[in-house]
Amino acid sequence: MASGKELEVIKGSKVLMVGAGGIGCELLKTLALSGFEDIHIIDMDTIEVSNLNRQFLFRQSHVGQSKARVAREAVLKFRPHINITAYHANVKDPDFNVDFFKQFNVVLNGLDNLDARRHVNRLCLAADVPLVESGTTGFLGQVTVHIKGKTECYECQPKPAPKTYPVCTITSTPSKFVHCIVWAKDLLFAKLFGDRNQDNDLNVLSTDANDLSKQTEDVFERRSDEDLDQYGRRIYDHVFGYNIEMALANEETWKNRNRPKPIYIEDVFSQKQAKQNGIADQNCGSENSGISAMSSLGLKNPQDVWSLFENTRVFLEALKLFFEKREKEVGSVTFDKDDQLAVEFVTAAANIRAASFGIPLHSLFESKGIAGNIVHAVATTNAIIAGLIVIEAIKVLQNDADNYRMTYCVEHPLKKMLLMPVEPFEPNKSCYVCSETPLSLEVNTNHSKLRDFVEKVVKKKLGMNCPLIMVGSTLLYEVGDDLDEAMVANYEANLEKVLAELPVPVASGTMVSVEDLQQELTCTINIKHREEFDEDEPDEMVLVGWSQPVATEKEDKSVSNGGEGTSDAAGKLKTNDNLDETEIVPTSEIVSVVGSKRKLSELSNTDVKEVISTVSSVHSSAHQMEEINDDEDDVVMLDENPEQAKKKR
Amino acid sequence: MDEEELTAQETALYDRQIRVWGVDAQRRLSKSHVLVSGMSGTIAEFCKNIVLAGVGRLTLMDDRVFSEQSLLANFLIPPDASEHCGRSLAEICCDSLKEFNLMVRVSVEKGDLSSFDAEFFDKFDVVVIAGCSLTIKKAINEKCRKRPKRIAFYAVDCRDSCGEIFVDLQSYTYLKQKGEDTFEHNMQYPSLVDSIAVPWRSLPRKATKLYFAMRVIERFEVAQSLRPGETSAADIPSVLELKKELCKVQSVNESHIPDRLLERLLTHPREHPAVCAIIGGILGQEVIKAISCKGDPLKNFFYFDAADGKGIIEAIADYVSS
Repeated sequence: MASGKELEVIKGSKVLMVGAGGIGCELLKTLALSGFEDIHIIDMDTIEVSNLNRQFLFRQSHVGQSKARVAREAVLKFRPHINITAYHANVKDPDFNVDFFKQFNVVLNGLDNLDARRHVNRLCLAADVPLVESGTTGFLGQVTVHIKGKTECYECQPKPAPKTYPVCTITSTPSKFVHCIVWAKDLLFAKLFGDRNQDNDLNVLSTDANDLSKQTEDVFERRSDEDLDQYGRRIYDHVFGYNIEMALANEETWKNRNRPKPIYIEDVFSQKQAKQNGIADQNCGSENSGISAMSSLGLKNPQDVWSLFENTRVFLEALKLFFEKREKEVGSVTFDKDDQLAVEFVTAAANIRAASFGIPLHSLFESKGIAGNIVHAVATTNAIIAGLIVIEAIKVLQNDADNYRMTYCVEHPLKKMLLMPVEPFEPNKSCYVCSETPLSLEVNTNHSKLRDFVEKVVKKKLGMNCPLIMVGSTLLYEVGDDLDEAMVANYEANLEKVLAELPVPVASGTMVSVEDLQQELTCTINIKHREEFDEDEPDEMVLVGWSQPVATEKEDKSVSNGGEGTSDAAGKLKTNDNLDETEIVPTSEIVSVVGSKRKLSELSNTDVKEVISTVSSVHSSAHQMEEINDDEDDVVMLDENPEQAKKKR
Repeated sequence: MDEEELTAQETALYDRQIRVWGVDAQRRLSKSHVLVSGMSGTIAEFCKNIVLAGVGRLTLMDDRVFSEQSLLANFLIPPDASEHCGRSLAEICCDSLKEFNLMVRVSVEKGDLSSFDAEFFDKFDVVVIAGCSLTIKKAINEKCRKRPKRIAFYAVDCRDSCGEIFVDLQSYTYLKQKGEDTFEHNMQYPSLVDSIAVPWRSLPRKATKLYFAMRVIERFEVAQSLRPGETSAADIPSVLELKKELCKVQSVNESHIPDRLLERLLTHPREHPAVCAIIGGILGQEVIKAISCKGDPLKNFFYFDAADGKGIIEAIADYVSS
């Protein structure tokens, strides 16, 4: 199509793309083919092998290089005369400030994490630049349009909560394989190979009846007289044997649960076998990009589910290899899904724990997916979503506001549709981001410190990067490069003070102003003192008026498996890496329609069920749907489930 | 099912998609052979998608030579004409596609698809044609249907910001998933001839107008011996006249096919790159489903129109009288 006028608008526009991954590669290609001539693209990531099945601008030889730069080069090959500016950088860098954003006619997001999405949303609002936002998981995807004052902003609706689990489920009463993975990854792996001094809920103390002097010894410390085999076997016995015995001693816990079975190394693996572990083909480890317990043990297929015996071998071998071959890193290793040895260790440890608790064992392939929060991704969905982004971007450039649509790409047709357009919703009048509505915070002002407030509320919940905190005209805290030493010291001191004892006391009724200079976002928070908090409020702070993430399952505390969540096609929750190369569906925009005036229509039960089964794959909870029965223009709309509305405050 | 395992290289490359469709589906894909004819922008998108997904072999057909027109929506064709001296579009696209995935064998078949006899199609599991006249579409579809093995057939057409996909999987059995259960499910597909023979008045009133508009235009092109997309604004009066006639014969109201829609399709027959990406994406997904026998395939027409943003399945098949 591209009528003359349309092409003129396209050619004259300057667009910013954030993300050069799965959606980004497709988007850059489609923009270039559509006639865009001035495209800027930001991505901090480098290319990995697992990107190549869909990020078609990249080749094996590009692994390790900047996505933004390689994508630029690849597109210039078929459209040599257009301008593409690549930034191998984090969009949160201070260089990308409001002035930077102001130079663009539209911003197009192909991002993979909630943090960056929120950040870009705020900059677009501050710069008053339209934003087209997108996300995909498997066959599901969506494109939304955010125009300041006209449509809802990205943060008008609650986003899904990060998947977290109660500490005791992880440490004592796992019932699903994912609990074993979280234990293996966040507790055991972190303790053995990460920062020893960090808080960790793993029981590290042993009460050896024969040797009371060693009662408080940290069993994870390797003894001077111990070789790696002995050390591995001792750790094994401690975490899979001794710790289970300890847990079993608490009869109350097991009244309504299956009792776990302690597993000791001697039961699975004799000392003699241990000595031979991994000797078989020690030298074939070169192929698989480095050190691997699987290759030194001759295990080939990552899809196989290993027996307890095999898991035990992998556990001991991986532990040994870490200390033998990667000794320098020990103490600072963090789990990475692309670290083969780390995935092997976590798989084995999770499986041994699963065996103890009667939970089915899983393959390395499956374990890697769970531990790495790997989001399903295929090329086709990304291509479709990128096409839809370009269609919306062209409408935005032409100011064709009546025709803006959010579009959902679904796996099972809904009302005959695989691509389902929905009219954008109006801004949520109580959104603290785009409407600057005051928030209120319930907090024990005699107990919580300014540091808690900064970390748990300002950064974690409000998503601010460089906050500045004021009461009246007094600055309590700020960050920045241009602060003098005295100020820094003053702010540091403030961080350690409880709210009520700050230079300007923060108490019930105090209005605290929180500002992020980069995002140009200011929030006013009304403080309410509260003495007691429940167990399910572990932060001891309750922020009201802030869009509470939607918890998809009941378990929602304390130990989280990675970044922010998204639901997969089966409605099971998966979580997502912050720096993963995959994309997530930012879900739940569709869940509720707060500022909209549309009324719920009468729906049959089948309709509701159909919608729930189809769309709940993209979104976490039930909602209702309205179809305007107009021949030319039937637009499907989803409205908030009354039940859910009640749950929200 | 062959118990061959995927290689470590395949597992690493296909990791993210194996998490979507499983190892069995990946294995079936790697054994399949797909034929495409007509290197349009939509077909370029489609080829990219199935090469990335890891089909076993892909054969390209298009003897046309490079022109400015050919690269408008096709990112597989480098724009420098001097590089292409005399090579066909299929050959140029073949070179680009090979780079996307070294594990896929991409090759070129020369000749006129409609002149090949039916046995030619036996080596393929899937045949996808684009930019073909109705006559050729019907003929190829019939050839595929007459073979002893099942050959999935797809015809695709994109004009202005609209696209159409026709699907014929003949008799297709796959594992359907309903809730927790999976069971064998069979679907019967009619041929293109039988599908478009369905009287218009027996189709639901809400059937997409694009379906009817495309039927009018394809009849016009056959009557005038035009290649698909060779129409122009000058043809509008004759096409509107044909529409009137057809509506009368089919005893449906003329409002069934808005004049404006026909005008759009005739005036801007060129492909819209965003629509190519969308149609090529849906088509890729459908072919992957058909090969892997996983997921509900669409039956039997799909439409997308950027003007309303809807991607609609039209089961014209349900109205074919047996």
